[in-house]
Amino acid sequence: MLVLLLLLIPLITGLGLFALKNDGQIKTISLLSATVTVIVALLVVFTKATIIYDVPWMPTIGARFTLQADGMAKILCLLTAIAYPLIFVAVYARQYKNSQAFYGLMLLTQVGLTGVFLAADALLFYFFWELALIPVYFLSSIWGGEKRIAVTFKFFIYTFVGSLLMLTGLLYVYFHTADQSFAWQSFKGVSLSGKEQATVFALLFIAFAIKMPIFPLHTWQPDAYEQSPTAVTMVLSAIMVKMGIYAVLRWLIPVVPVAASQHAHLVITLSVIGMVYASLIAIKQDDIKRLIAYSSIAHIGLMSAAMFTNNAAATSGVMIQMFNHGINVLGLWIIAEVIEQQLGTRKLSELGGLAQKAPVMAILLVVLALANIALPLTNAFVGEFLMFNGLFHYNIWLMAIAGTSIILAAVYTLNMVQKIIYGELGTTTVNAKDITGNVKLVLVLIVLMIVVFGILPQHLIELVK
Amino acid sequence: MNAIIFSAVLGVLLMFSGIFFSKKSAITATAVVSLLVLLFVNVAETYSWFTITVDTKNLLSFTKFGLFFNSILITATLIFVLLSGKEIENTSVNTAEYYALIMFALCGISILTAFNGLLMLFLGIEIMSIPLYILTGADKRNLKSNEAALKYFLMGSFSTGIMLMGIALVYGATGNFDLVSVMNKPGSAGVEIPSFLKSAGYILLFAAMCFKVSAAPFHFWTPDVYDGAPSVFTSFMATIVKAAGFFAFIHLFESNAPLLGPSWKILVSFVTIATLLVGNITAVFQQSIKRMLAYSSIAQAGFMLLALFSNNDLAREGIILYAVAYCMATIGFFAVLIKVKDYTFEGFNGLGKKEPILAFAATVFLLSLAGIPLTAGFFAKYYMLASVIKSGGALWLVITAVLFAAVSVYYYFKVIQAMYFKEGNPEVAAGSAIYRYLLVFLAAAVILIGVLPSIVLNWFYF
Repeated sequence: MLVLLLLLIPLITGLGLFALKNDGQIKTISLLSATVTVIVALLVVFTKATIIYDVPWMPTIGARFTLQADGMAKILCLLTAIAYPLIFVAVYARQYKNSQAFYGLMLLTQVGLTGVFLAADALLFYFFWELALIPVYFLSSIWGGEKRIAVTFKFFIYTFVGSLLMLTGLLYVYFHTADQSFAWQSFKGVSLSGKEQATVFALLFIAFAIKMPIFPLHTWQPDAYEQSPTAVTMVLSAIMVKMGIYAVLRWLIPVVPVAASQHAHLVITLSVIGMVYASLIAIKQDDIKRLIAYSSIAHIGLMSAAMFTNNAAATSGVMIQMFNHGINVLGLWIIAEVIEQQLGTRKLSELGGLAQKAPVMAILLVVLALANIALPLTNAFVGEFLMFNGLFHYNIWLMAIAGTSIILAAVYTLNMVQKIIYGELGTTTVNAKDITGNVKLVLVLIVLMIVVFGILPQHLIELVK
Repeated sequence: MNAIIFSAVLGVLLMFSGIFFSKKSAITATAVVSLLVLLFVNVAETYSWFTITVDTKNLLSFTKFGLFFNSILITATLIFVLLSGKEIENTSVNTAEYYALIMFALCGISILTAFNGLLMLFLGIEIMSIPLYILTGADKRNLKSNEAALKYFLMGSFSTGIMLMGIALVYGATGNFDLVSVMNKPGSAGVEIPSFLKSAGYILLFAAMCFKVSAAPFHFWTPDVYDGAPSVFTSFMATIVKAAGFFAFIHLFESNAPLLGPSWKILVSFVTIATLLVGNITAVFQQSIKRMLAYSSIAQAGFMLLALFSNNDLAREGIILYAVAYCMATIGFFAVLIKVKDYTFEGFNGLGKKEPILAFAATVFLLSLAGIPLTAGFFAKYYMLASVIKSGGALWLVITAVLFAAVSVYYYFKVIQAMYFKEGNPEVAAGSAIYRYLLVFLAAAVILIGVLPSIVLNWFYF
């Protein structure tokens, strides 16, 4: 019942919001809903055992409404739950027209995301997968930037093609399960021949790879991140891309283990190429949003490489990194949002000298940057270490190439920090003010999480075990 | 037998209602009542409350599946009349005749959902088609409507000719019109081999049926006819009539498809892919939404053809769901389209702001047509794909179909983009409060079936 609340609270408030008119009310109620969800999520996380909620749904075709909160699901539900209030507080000052629709759709997205992480039934999983996508399509297309319609449509078509292939794959597995059921347990126990496994792998992996995204299927991502309203970009990059990684860990590797290990080399190679490629492009970026977008591709590349190494430590590294990356990237997006809101530009070339005008923000940005490079004592370090370790055991050469992305990460991240906060004050930055109130609170919370989980990563590791 | 008799009688009554009622809305009300009566007698036969029995020498057989399908189509017609009755009244002066013709078409449909012999198939198709030729030309002062009617009539007669030829060949080969015994005659070596005549006859029948459901390469009449006909009647033709055609198509081939050998599967998959290709790709380039819908209806036919390909129990369930989902969404969307003055995509710009209820309902219908989860259209497509996968092999056909489904998202979403993301001030005719409630109700039903499709299927199994 507790896990059902994780879905019901945002669902009911999300739908209810559409009936409201008062802007202040809408914001308060959404924030309240998101906060209550955090409390429920914490209750779920602190329940030791796996929580299962199971009711019949479509008995004729063997689909059930099954939710299952085990370690991996819990950590991602927690991420989703924590991210939402932070996002709502960070954009609290911003006025969106038709805010009831904006917040309503945001909360519906939350239902989809949480559902994806909880679903233990393939058809239900597919439902939530799409439910997370459709509100985002409307959010980005209505409130996004100048080129929003075309860019969002590209993103939508890309993922939709993937989803349909995934549906085909899931159906294929379904007809091979012993009891003709969509349940996760049946999927895990399915016996497929090598050739059948390869077919299923191809169908499912394309969908997940588009979502992550893995090179060369990543082309929708930088544009979509840039054109979406920042609140949506935060959802996309902090949570939604994790859907792809989570899906591989939950629905791909356990279902078709043979094909997964056969194709591991291909996937890891592609991921490593993507890491280096994205890092190199990130260095050349002038737009903060695009820089973070490419940096995100590089980080995701490492996760996708590590989870195919078939190494238990690396896999738990991936799980905790999903959480930590979500937190860190959220912080970076908030900084980008603050800068854009205040100074009207996201171009690094027009910024500079903010350390003099906004010292608090500068300090917080530095910590976030260090976390983005995964320096020891920041939360990202443990995860990256475990993942690189797994990669090392898999293939030392690939690990060496992937390792260059650490250096490149330092280059583009520090370059960004330097251009934003150091140097001379320009015409755009001369009137900059420091962050205050809500935004400050949110960023401080994020930085606190970075430090706490950096020093005491043990709790997270235990959770995913 | 109930529905066949009642629809014929009610059709005549409706024709005369024009004499008794001077107010058009009264005629519409009569039509609604007649449809309710028809639905009731059909349901009564389904659950054997009361049945008029006529000995048809086994030319008709009333199965539960057929009767259930018939009920769905009658309900769809009812929804159609409730939503678009106003436009039927406005088409031209002969309101009573239009309803009578719709009723006669339903008579043909009732035969089609029950035929058990080729003769009855022919009769059903003809009784269904002839009223449509007239309805297409209903707007008689409009040149395009006239052209469409003539074109439809000529092409329709031509395909009827082909169908008759096919029936004649089959009759020549087997000596009777019976569906089952026609196909199950053992060959010389004790194995069932269709003779050359019989195969040729069935190929001709196949072509004629492809024409009726506008499957490529027999689809050329569809865009012109759908575009030229008054929009209300396009809505009727593209949904209820097409679904009935599909039922007949599948029923005709379900028991004897295996006998036609492996070349049968090749034939069907060729037609399926051609239909999907032509429908989807051409729809992408349309400027007028009505014409886009014409092509998209070809594309939807391509998806329904998958049921013909897989030919198993899932396909039968699926075609029910597909008919329901497709009829609901298309009738609903047409009901919105008719209210908008300008049928181009630009004509929909800004509808989301001006008419939020209409735009919301239209969005749900479009999402359903595109097969997005949480709408009925998803499960329709789901069942089609699942039935093909279950029939074994043919994964390539499924993948082709889903890729085309992704293409269809392009043109359906163009309408959504126009409504919500673009600015404009579309001219929209006012709809009554009932119209709005019905539209929202229909949209809610689309979502409900999308979440719990068992609602429809349980009815079938009950």
